[in-house]
Amino acid sequence: MAYQFDFTFIPDYAGMLAQGVAYTVGLTVVGGTLGIGIGIGGAISRLWNVRPFGELYRYYVELFRNTPFLVQLFLIFFGLPSLGIKLEAWQAAILAMVLNLGAYSTEIIRAGLQATPRGQLEAADSLAFTRWQIFLHVMLRPALRKVWPALSSQVVITMLGSSVCSQISTEELTFVANFIQSRNFRAFETYFLTTGMYFALALLIRQTMHLIGRYLIVRRPSR
Amino acid sequence: MMSFSLWDIVRNLLIGGALTLLLSLVAFVLGGATGMLVLLARIGKWRAPRALAQMHIELFQGTPLLLQLFTLFFGLSLFGLDVPAWLAAGLGLTLFTSAFLAEIWRGCVEAVPRGQWEASSCLAMTYWEQMRHVILPQAMRLSIAPTVGFAVQVVKGTAVTSIIGFAELTKTGSMIANATYQPFLVYSLVALGYFILCYPLSHYAQSLERKLHAAR
Repeated sequence: MAYQFDFTFIPDYAGMLAQGVAYTVGLTVVGGTLGIGIGIGGAISRLWNVRPFGELYRYYVELFRNTPFLVQLFLIFFGLPSLGIKLEAWQAAILAMVLNLGAYSTEIIRAGLQATPRGQLEAADSLAFTRWQIFLHVMLRPALRKVWPALSSQVVITMLGSSVCSQISTEELTFVANFIQSRNFRAFETYFLTTGMYFALALLIRQTMHLIGRYLIVRRPSR
Repeated sequence: MMSFSLWDIVRNLLIGGALTLLLSLVAFVLGGATGMLVLLARIGKWRAPRALAQMHIELFQGTPLLLQLFTLFFGLSLFGLDVPAWLAAGLGLTLFTSAFLAEIWRGCVEAVPRGQWEASSCLAMTYWEQMRHVILPQAMRLSIAPTVGFAVQVVKGTAVTSIIGFAELTKTGSMIANATYQPFLVYSLVALGYFILCYPLSHYAQSLERKLHAAR
């Protein structure tokens, strides 16, 4: 007997799916913002070797880039309680996402800062920019502009990776999918639909990052 | 109650680690071969294969690996196939790898200067001769560093297969953590295992990149 596809369950679970999407988006927004923040801090510390952060960041970046996100998540959620640090599932998920993205964005932003031409710094110096102004307008902004596409991809990868947070019972989209398929036994349809939703989310986040890049970073100061 | 010495834990993790390594190798080799086909379709002259290849790439790059595994795992069983976890894991990772490698390699092919295409077509080479003797050898040189870098992502990707029940390093770690009540120790060891596999690769990729820049 041929398999009959059955997507009629969708209306019943539309509310749950929407909640799952909202949860995933929430994780991504918070994780993305804080992660990029950590990345900027890390890139500065690494570039100017701010003691002791420069060295610490180096180890942090290597550790987090060379271990799987899932293991980082398990270590934070299941491992830290034995050190007396108990986190809720959502806290662990956000912490893991922030630390993971922070490690990648440190390296990405550092590459951007390093690509600042010497002449630009000299020009800014001769225009009597303060150190802070030089950093903000001559180094950081152009650097972010250069690496924004790479940074956007990394945020999308982090969002897609957040699906494994379902394993520590964070109630995001994949968790909802697992729940639904355990109720209706329509595993293939449920996961197929959810995969499509992630695909749409990835496009959406890419577009949003593009817009943010346009208005926040690329915009030139008014004359 | 059974008790575990540190050696018991490490010994079991080593078995899991061997499976992680094996799965990574299989996924990387098969994914590389498939990726090459996807690449040829993606940069080829025929429209239908090109669109298909692009869809393959976007689909696998734009969705979570976990959901790809779930969909494969449950999708294949709809055809009456009994899918063991290792098969779904291997197949899923192979497809995932092929999409990323095809896209990385496409960048490398496009980085070969246009003049090379023009010169070789002046020499009356056919498309395949151009590819085989002029373009791919040069693209390959460019591609070594990012390809090695992506191998790290493959190794880390294998951790996700633990969720569909493939007993590699992470799954072994979970089981031991549940049995010993020492999650911090066990997951630290698991993380160390991945680090030992991945760090040399990342380091090698970085040094290759530096060498390539120096050679230019």
